[in-house]
Amino acid sequence: MNIKEILKTMDYGTAPESQTAANEWLKQSPFGHFINNKWVKGDNHFDSINPATGKKLAQISQADNVVVNKAVKAAEQAAPKWQALSGHERAKYLYALARLIQKNSRILSVLETLDNGKPIRESRDIDIPLAARHFYHHAGWAQLLDSELPDHKALGVVGQVIPWNFPMLMMAWKIAPAIATGNTVVLKPAEQTSLTALYFAELCQQANLPEGVVNIVTGDGRVGEAIVNHKDIQKIAFTGSTAVGRKIREATAGSGKKLSLELGGKSAFIVCEDADLDAAVEGVVDAIWFNQGEVCCAGSRLLIQESVAERFEQKLQERMTKLRIGDPLDKSTDVGAIVNKEQHQKITEMVNTGVKQGARILQAPCELPKAGYFYPPTLLADVAPGDLVVQEEIFGPVLVGMTYRTPAEAVDLANNSRYGLAATIWSENINLALHLAPQMQAGVVWINCANQFDAAAGFGGVKESGFGREGGFEGLFEYLKPSDFSAKKSAQKANKASGESIATDAMDRTAKMYIGGKQVRPDGGYSYPVLNAKGTTITQAGLGNRKDVRNAVEAAANAKQWSKMTAYQRQQVMYFIAENLSLRTDEFIDRLKDFGHSPGAAKKEVEQSIERLNYYAAWCDKFDGRVHAVPMRAVAMAMHEPIGVIGIACPAENPLLSFVSLMAPALAMGNRVVMLADEAFPLPALDLYQVINTSDVPAGTVNILSGRHEDMLKTLAGHLNLDALWYFGDQAGATLVEQESALNLKRTWTHTEAKDWTSVKARGKTFLRHSVEVKNIWTPYGE
Amino acid sequence: MTQNQITRNPGTEINLDWINNIQANTSATERRAATLGARRSIKKDHQAAWLIKAISLIDLTTLAGDDTEQRVRRLCAKAKNPLRQDLKEALGIGDMNLTTGAVCVYHDMLATAHKALEGTDIHLAAVSTGFPAGLTPHELKVAEIKASVKAGADEIDVVITRKHVFKQDWQALYDEVREYREACGDAHLKTILATGELATLRNVAKASMVCMMAGADFIKTSTGKESVNATLPVSLTMIRQIRDYLHLTGYKVGYKPAGGISKAKDALVYLSMMKEELGDEWLEPELFRFGASSLLGDIERQLEHHVTGHYSAAHRHAIG
Repeated sequence: MNIKEILKTMDYGTAPESQTAANEWLKQSPFGHFINNKWVKGDNHFDSINPATGKKLAQISQADNVVVNKAVKAAEQAAPKWQALSGHERAKYLYALARLIQKNSRILSVLETLDNGKPIRESRDIDIPLAARHFYHHAGWAQLLDSELPDHKALGVVGQVIPWNFPMLMMAWKIAPAIATGNTVVLKPAEQTSLTALYFAELCQQANLPEGVVNIVTGDGRVGEAIVNHKDIQKIAFTGSTAVGRKIREATAGSGKKLSLELGGKSAFIVCEDADLDAAVEGVVDAIWFNQGEVCCAGSRLLIQESVAERFEQKLQERMTKLRIGDPLDKSTDVGAIVNKEQHQKITEMVNTGVKQGARILQAPCELPKAGYFYPPTLLADVAPGDLVVQEEIFGPVLVGMTYRTPAEAVDLANNSRYGLAATIWSENINLALHLAPQMQAGVVWINCANQFDAAAGFGGVKESGFGREGGFEGLFEYLKPSDFSAKKSAQKANKASGESIATDAMDRTAKMYIGGKQVRPDGGYSYPVLNAKGTTITQAGLGNRKDVRNAVEAAANAKQWSKMTAYQRQQVMYFIAENLSLRTDEFIDRLKDFGHSPGAAKKEVEQSIERLNYYAAWCDKFDGRVHAVPMRAVAMAMHEPIGVIGIACPAENPLLSFVSLMAPALAMGNRVVMLADEAFPLPALDLYQVINTSDVPAGTVNILSGRHEDMLKTLAGHLNLDALWYFGDQAGATLVEQESALNLKRTWTHTEAKDWTSVKARGKTFLRHSVEVKNIWTPYGE
Repeated sequence: MTQNQITRNPGTEINLDWINNIQANTSATERRAATLGARRSIKKDHQAAWLIKAISLIDLTTLAGDDTEQRVRRLCAKAKNPLRQDLKEALGIGDMNLTTGAVCVYHDMLATAHKALEGTDIHLAAVSTGFPAGLTPHELKVAEIKASVKAGADEIDVVITRKHVFKQDWQALYDEVREYREACGDAHLKTILATGELATLRNVAKASMVCMMAGADFIKTSTGKESVNATLPVSLTMIRQIRDYLHLTGYKVGYKPAGGISKAKDALVYLSMMKEELGDEWLEPELFRFGASSLLGDIERQLEHHVTGHYSAAHRHAIG
């Protein structure tokens, strides 16, 4: 085309980024694995495909167990020295890696685009700079760790499995915090997109990172499985699908491995009638047509207020005509290739199903390249909440649209999902926006922006979008363990009821359970004897069953009032509980003497329990969030929100103190609780309901069950409306809890060793952290 | 090029509800503006073509207190021959009648410019209504427009009364512009908002809509005399209003960013923004102009580089 012709068409022409340097580097193919800073020859090679052309880029090796073992061994051997380095020394390595990523940013961008199919603009302007940013940010945390988080230690060897949608960026999200906090790493990139990880391995060599600190093994899910199941790995960090995340939760159940899961999403994108509609349209582009929609937090469920729905759709449709789909290496491409044939097929099938179920389909009228896996930007309008395309993640450039009438309805529709990763709100009314944001069941909320990420702000989900945070101060805890407060072995006491269960007689001497603010008899009508330290039956306790669990969770789920109260109001109530407990000190001392405490020990336990209630009452209005310093003109609030309903299976030690030590932090942060009282000696816990009942605690906030933990635990752990479960007991129970929790991916916190509840370490921020979700709310400002 | 195919915007009744509901989110607008340059890349022959296009869209301007007739004649000569003939030949457009879109001067220079441009298609624009502050008596402003039209201007660049915006007195702004439009007759009306003084994008958006409702043919950012002139966020805000006005009424209104656009690269970003946000029709002089004086020089240098492969120097191109 000559200039005169161009003047008629005013086309952009082509502007391809050069791939010469990347091709040169790819000549090393076939690739091996990176262990101990050396390349280990691999075998069982498979092809890495460029999804934009369908052509082979390189050959990647499938690691076997021998390779994985070798990598774990290397990481294990490197761990003590790495952890022993000063924060400043570790920071220097992270800083060097950040610099090296920047220095090699162009080849990394090109490799990423070749391998994944994403537009070069995105890999160049977003993925790679953000990857460097994560290393810079965490270099800082390495430096500050000693002063900011004393009493915390690295975990050891961390296994990390990452997805194909942001290969380099996800690797940075995983590796930077892990090594900053003194852990060593075995990382597996996705088999579709291993190239930038392999290039990064070379940067680790150039940075003279100590051998074994970062190890990279390649291959498909079988390699991931080997990592997940490896006995010498202390933590698994996974980003990927909810289905795989659930499997990992099951596989690691009872292993003692720490786990963080960043899974799927079906995030709401709410457009209020007072929004800047043109800005919101660009928000949609950033939300669902960024990275071909292959984004876990993609705003994929559009909720438009009815009064502006027609106008918004018209604007959106017009905007779609301007999107350029094609060669990802072309600098003018907006939407690149879908990562592979399978994903392309899955998107196609889901959209077809959506249309069959009645969706009205609008697609960008663009010509797609003949080779490669391209899918046009798509809007499925007029869908219903029950449609497959509304419920399931499509992981492609497909948006589903519904309308709503009132803000309350927007909240209902937004939260009508098993997922809870992100939400986006567009409104020019600060009252409305900040009314909606806290109500979103999501780990991240973007107000008047979409898909904003930064190393200083935590990222992660609630509900079935997984647990744990990546980035920010809150993300550090995924790679650290607080100092322990385990009791000496001799203190271990069996937490099992003895004696046969008996039918409740008419002359009731049964200590009742407490559900929904009422004393209740066990549903099954059975009770069991409670023995004192001498083995004499002193009374009977209700034998809770699955229906009691059901009733307690339901009562707690409905008791939303506690979570809505201000921290100050909760504080008043908690002081009141402490005050009322202190009035009944003598009674509780007697109970604890039955338990076998000496009079002195009994008195001390009651006093400590009162102290602990006061301690957490004090924290109510002090364990607040942060405002993160993200690099834009915005307030990024990391808000501490209650998790919701927490189940707590209490330990055998210190039956009053341990109960209070667990209930109080959960209550202080606004959660409602379902407490399984100590099995063998539930009496102090059951007595406590009288205290709670007279302390202005709203009904259903605290529910106390007695009975055999093994009868109730499975129901509790498998309850889909329970948000978290803390478990103190034996190994079998911990395994069961973690296994059953996989169903709705509830947060678990399990302990199989007896604890020293009298220790000052048996209280504090660790308990509070387990009682909150950190929600990051991004609000750009400026007029 | 398409000439006179655009139906002139006759204006509409003022719709205060519509105006009061206009929203403009500054941060989001800035974010979109910041990625515009990165989302589209125009290279090689395409870049050359786009720069040639840009020349045809320039309102070559001199608005200085020390302007003289000779200076204005020189400017008009440049408008008629904005690019060296040897470069045109090398670019394959030797036979093309390439001129700037218009010449823009003060009323005092109209006669000179009118004469100098005789026999060409180049429009002659006069800044008016007490430019740049716009605080002369209203009747004098109207008289000034009429005088300029009589003196040969076929485009009138008026400044709006900024206080109407700050008072949110949209009726007053509407009435004022409506009168200017009537005074223009067949001459096209460009309303300068002086966006650098309007403080917020919301004000810019609302003032844009009022001017269009009152019958503006173009909305224009700046006089070039404010401390902040044309910017991408302001431009996005204004052209989004143009789009809404089109949806609302079916009439196409032109856009003229003025002041501060002096680099060829910036011109490309502006053009791609118009193409993306409004479409190819806004790449024609009927609906888009650059108000600029030094932009042309940079484009000439870039085009010489495109032809020869050597970075150019200003003295190799005739000054205007």
